[in-house]
Amino acid sequence: MISIEVLVTQLPGLRRQDLERWIAYEWVRPDGVAGHYEFRAIDVARIRLIRELRDEMQVNEEALPVVLSLLDQLYDLRRRMRELGNAVGRTVPGEIRQSLAEDLAPR
Amino acid sequence: MLDDPYKTLGVARDASPDDISRAYRKLAKQHHPDLNPGNAKAEERFKVVAAAYELLSDPEKRSRFDRGEIDAGGHEQAPQPSYRDYAEGEPGRRYGRAGPQPEGWSNEDFGDIFGSMFSERGRPAGDASIRGKDERYALTTDFIDAVAGATRRLTLPDGRTLDVKISPGSTDGQVLRLRGQGSGGWNGGAAGDALIEIHVAPHRVFRRDGQDIRLELPVTLTEAVLGGPVEVPTPGGPVHMRVPAQSDSGTELRLRGRGVPAHGGLAAGNLYAKLRVVLGMPDAALEDFLRTWTPEHPANPRAAMEVSE
Repeated sequence: MISIEVLVTQLPGLRRQDLERWIAYEWVRPDGVAGHYEFRAIDVARIRLIRELRDEMQVNEEALPVVLSLLDQLYDLRRRMRELGNAVGRTVPGEIRQSLAEDLAPR
Repeated sequence: MLDDPYKTLGVARDASPDDISRAYRKLAKQHHPDLNPGNAKAEERFKVVAAAYELLSDPEKRSRFDRGEIDAGGHEQAPQPSYRDYAEGEPGRRYGRAGPQPEGWSNEDFGDIFGSMFSERGRPAGDASIRGKDERYALTTDFIDAVAGATRRLTLPDGRTLDVKISPGSTDGQVLRLRGQGSGGWNGGAAGDALIEIHVAPHRVFRRDGQDIRLELPVTLTEAVLGGPVEVPTPGGPVHMRVPAQSDSGTELRLRGRGVPAHGGLAAGNLYAKLRVVLGMPDAALEDFLRTWTPEHPANPRAAMEVSE
């Protein structure tokens, strides 16, 4: 967990007003309240992603919420797939997993 | 061993910084690992593209590379953890579709794209499908309906109504199972059952004793001593019977087959009427008679009750 002051030194060129706007839009959701935000590693990575999308790929802030929402859905699904995979690994007997693999394998 | 960064970005040796940025953006959009989760090839490609761009976008590094002072991989930066590294794992719940998400799956998750896994469609029946819950309800019925059978309408909390068939001879505490009337199953899973516990309200006159029915039948002194016809209530309606002469209080008279009707392999029960002599209002003539009456066979009815010291 790092504060906004530490964060802006870690991400050179990040303007504080941009970040505060993104937080207001809920594109970034740190812990704490305005003035005392605490950022986790995932928040920092997300800020970096938003900057790459905006500055390098020219996804403007009008389009950003659409892109972020699609990404969030994609990661939600991938997380669930992973959880499903883990649950299958924990609970399903080996021979059934073998059948699953055979059913899914290209024919 | 890294490729020539100019080839990687697909630009000429003399490309302008703008051309290089444009080329990089185009490739980054295509290969960015956060836009291609799980695609290792795209990730590899992106790393190469990013490294090439890093080199060529910095005029100083670009000129050093052009002069051959550094090779294409000479300034590869230690990779920073990408958003994907977090988003797919536990920390990613923070940015779930509809706000932060609790651990574990909701009904929606089971019913959505994974629904087919938990439904019976395309699978051998009865295998791992998620069946709806059984729901319990209580139904109070009156005594006569429980004995003779009836159909009662039950309104459920969710507004549905169920017509519950109470079979003849139902007993208090008996549970009826209505298949498929409980909660719905998940995406094709069978609905649960409605379990209805029958409560039989007590009756003013009748008492249930298995298949038999018992009641207490008040009779007058005259009927008890001299006998005579009386009307006896039964669950099926009043029935006439004869009280034999000299029927004492407590005498039990049987009405064969007038108890609970035959059902489920059980024969019809009997109705047992226990007589109780009722003196009624004071009667001067009766009192006068008793004062002058000498019993033919004097007896002490309490003789058997004497307790020795």
